[in-house]
Order: sequence, then structure tokens, then C-alpha cells
Amino acid sequence: MAVLVIAEHDNAQLKADVAKAVTAAAQLGQEIHVLVAGAGCQAVAESAAKMSGVAKVLLADNSVYQHQLAENFSELVVANAAGYSHIVSVASAFGKDLLPRVAALLDVAMIADIVAVKDADTFVRPIYAGNALATVKSLDDVKVVSIRSTAFDAASSDGSADIVAVEQVFTPVSEFVSKTELQSERPELGSANVVVSGGRALGSAENFALIEQLADKLGGAVGASRAAVDAGYVANDLQVGQTGKIVAPSLYIAVGISGAIQHLAGMKDAKVIVAINKDPQAPIFQIADYGLEADLFEALPKLIEMI
Amino acid sequence: MKVMVAVKRVVDANVKVRVNAEQTDVDTANVKMALNPFCEIAVEEAIRLKEAGKATEVVVVTVGPTAAQEQLRTALALGADRAIHVVHDEALEPLSIAKLLFAVQQQEQAQLLLLGKQSIDGDNNQTGQMLAALAKMPQATFVSEVELLDDATLAVTREVDGGVQVMKLPLPAVLTADLRLNEPRYATLPNIMKAKRKPLDTTDANALGVTLKCHQQIISVVPPKQRSAGVMLDSVEALVDKLKNEAKVI
Repeated sequence: MAVLVIAEHDNAQLKADVAKAVTAAAQLGQEIHVLVAGAGCQAVAESAAKMSGVAKVLLADNSVYQHQLAENFSELVVANAAGYSHIVSVASAFGKDLLPRVAALLDVAMIADIVAVKDADTFVRPIYAGNALATVKSLDDVKVVSIRSTAFDAASSDGSADIVAVEQVFTPVSEFVSKTELQSERPELGSANVVVSGGRALGSAENFALIEQLADKLGGAVGASRAAVDAGYVANDLQVGQTGKIVAPSLYIAVGISGAIQHLAGMKDAKVIVAINKDPQAPIFQIADYGLEADLFEALPKLIEMI
Repeated sequence: MKVMVAVKRVVDANVKVRVNAEQTDVDTANVKMALNPFCEIAVEEAIRLKEAGKATEVVVVTVGPTAAQEQLRTALALGADRAIHVVHDEALEPLSIAKLLFAVQQQEQAQLLLLGKQSIDGDNNQTGQMLAALAKMPQATFVSEVELLDDATLAVTREVDGGVQVMKLPLPAVLTADLRLNEPRYATLPNIMKAKRKPLDTTDANALGVTLKCHQQIISVVPPKQRSAGVMLDSVEALVDKLKNEAKVI
């Protein structure tokens, strides 16, 4: 048996997180194959073949797979599922869209967003927005698993696997119309190494520029609490927390955020947490590695200047 | 167009859950329960489609214990026309829920199936996709905008990593709602009273002819590792110094 890793890519470049799925797959102790499906994605298959530990790359290069729609991509995965004990992908928007469909077609359950591999059948995953960790044992013959990318290191790229063409063609009934990339020079919130988040205490959308300046100085992403989103300071795709994005950067700076449990759920796995708040009783200080009790309008400009 | 919305009873988002003493699950006894926030958004969208004259009927469905009727009544108070309660006392995996929802769909023949993108208890983000697979329907997950182009086609905007994607889907189709889709309304008191008289049918797995299988076993549920206490600093200088020299993150 072997493990099949589904590669996410944009037809030109392999997503960096795929190397993390390969690391997770390696912990299952079996041969690793990678499936690359797309259009004109030979280069992607070549970089997939270089990931350390990969034994074979399956390449389905056809215009029907250009936008990697779950509808037909799932059929392609199922058509190639024989001989695999595990089907693994990253718990990104792509993986979350695709894998449950694959699992249902195979009539097996899925184990989502794992943070650790205990053995080939047993995995650890957060539930209740990270307030509990469940160890789950799969009773299925095929394990469909998505991994939380912040929980695994990337596999190195010193391998040289063979690339094998896959010819099956499945056509989707849905139609891809367009994709608009966010016009942001900043790294994506979910994968940023540094996240600077602002809360209600910023007081206005204009004042949020201070958060942006600090984020830019640190090469990080901008986040926000639900209160800041509800107050209209920023768009809600910047929300960090239980109903927003879950992040685990190296450095998380919470500015003017009290630290309600819903917010903590989205960032408490950050390596270093800094809290700047003028209320010494704010719950955020209970989980912050470094706390600074200060008025953010005095502390932020100074911090921006010093870094 | 008939719309079917799946909703779930979950621990209220404001409750900090605790793991039980046996470490087999979280403690849900005497904890405030609510409609899953993403399901609220799905219900809201269905009602807006009805108000816009696009949907003829909105049917809400839940799979869960008797108490889950409360959440169906909430959805009815928000504007759904009728409710179907698939009574099942034990917690179910998304695949089993999807199978039950599919059985209901076969009876109802709804053209649009709306779900939340995930429930805030299991955090699985699977049921909608699984339902779409079982029903052999196209799916659009993490939807932030829905537009009915004609009787048979939907245009949807999806929240994907790093941007948004626009898709056209033929009906029938399955959509899962993201946070940005809409701002759910509150149920008014008169509507809560009216909801008590709206039809609510109950059924179960047997009646639906669905045989459920256990696919996974929960070995343990433990609290996450607690962070060790940090230090309070008294100046921006001290903070920058710590970040540079102790934590080495900048």
C-alpha cells in the first residue's frame, strides 16, 4: 500500500504547503505518491518529484482540470484510489473543498485538519475551535486525511521521483468564471510568519493604518478581532478567531484586543504572542508571552519607529 | 425553486467548553446551546432568496436529539416555512449526517441545498461536500455571494485562499455558506410565536431507510497544552529588546 498526496497548485507553481503534507505522509511509513492534476502543469509535477520522500508523481494534465474543481477532481482521485491506504491533502480552501467529496465517493469518513499522526490509523485533531484535542482512530480501509499546515514542517526538495501520466478525463458540469486575487502586497493571513492584529480599541478604520504600518515593517499580515470587523474597521476576511481564520505564526501581536475566547481560539498556537493593551485585566495578558500595558496610540508609533 | 437548509444544534459560540473528567468528550451538560453560526447564515440566505421571489419554499432540516427542535423553531422564526427533524440521539460523523440529509433530499427534491461551511463543535467542514457527492450534485463551498441567473443556473462567489472565485453552477446544487455571505437577522417576538405553529415533521434513520456505519472511534479528548505565563514589560524599548534578543522573532 502507499499514500497518495493531492498537490495544490496554480498550474505554474506547487503550493509550498504540499511539502508539509508530504512530511505528514512520511509519518505513515509507506511509499508516497503525489497526484498533480491541472492544465499545462508539467513544471508543477517536476517540483513535486523533487520533494524528499516522494516515490512517484501521477500527472493528469488536461484542460478539464485547469481550475481543480472538486466536482471532477474528486472523480479523478477516486478512479486512482486503488492501492492507496491514505489520501492526504492540506486543509486549505482547496483541500477542504475536495477531500470530503472524495471520502463520500469512497464511502469512508474523513479526518480533517490533523495536527499529529499517532500511527497509520490514529490522528490528533483540534475540535471546538482548538479548545480540545481529539485523538481519532479511523476504522476505514482508506483514510482520507487533511493536515493543518502549521503543525508540520516542509519536506526538503532533494528527491527525484518518476512522473507518470494519468489519462482519465472527467468533465465538470460547473463552470469556472473567474478568480480575483486579493490586491495585497502582504503575505496571506493563514500562512504569514508574523501577524499584527487590531481590535476595537483602534477606534476607527483610519487608525487601523497603524496596524498596517507595523505589519509592513515586520513583513507580516494584518488581522483583526471580531469587534474590529463588526465595527467596520476592516473587511471580515481579516478576522482571526473561531469563526474567522486560524493562524499559528511565529509572532502574533495583538493590539487593543481584549482576548475573548473566540479570538484566542484563532491564534493561541502562535509561537510568540505579544499583547499591547491599556487594561491590565484584559484576558489576552494571560496567554501573552510579552505583555505591554500601554496606550496603543503611544506605543504603536514608537514600536514602528524602533523596529 | 425549493430550498433545503441543513442546520445544527451546537454549543453556543460564547461558551468556553471544557473536557469532561473521563477525557472522552467535552462536557455539554448544562451548557447553553444554539444554532451553529454558519447555519444561521445559510438560513438567512434562503430566506432572502424567498423574499426576493426566487425561492418558493424554505425547508430546514436537522439531524440530532429531541432538543434540536429548539434550533428548528429558531430557523422557523427567522422565516423558514417548515422543518424536518431527523431524530438521532448519538453524535454522528459528517458522512452519516450527509447520508441522512441525502435521504431527506430524495423525498423533498429541493433544487438548492444550503449548509454552513462548518459547525463550530466538530470543525469538520465536510457535510456539504459529502452531501453533494452522494447526491451527485455540483458544489460551491465557502460561498460569499449567490445570484440566481435563471431557473437552472446559479452564479456564486467563493472565498478561496488569497482571493475570490466566481463559478456558475447548474441546479440542483449544494452551497456552503461562509461568514461573509450575509448578516443574519434576529428573530422577532411575533415571529417566534408564529414559528410555534409552523409544521415540524419528525423522522429517523430507519424511516428514511438509511443504515449508518461507525467509521471512526474517538480514543480520547484532552485539553490543549496551556501556555506558560509570560512577562509584563514596562516599555516599548523592553519589548523590542525581548523580541530581538530573547524570542528572536524580529
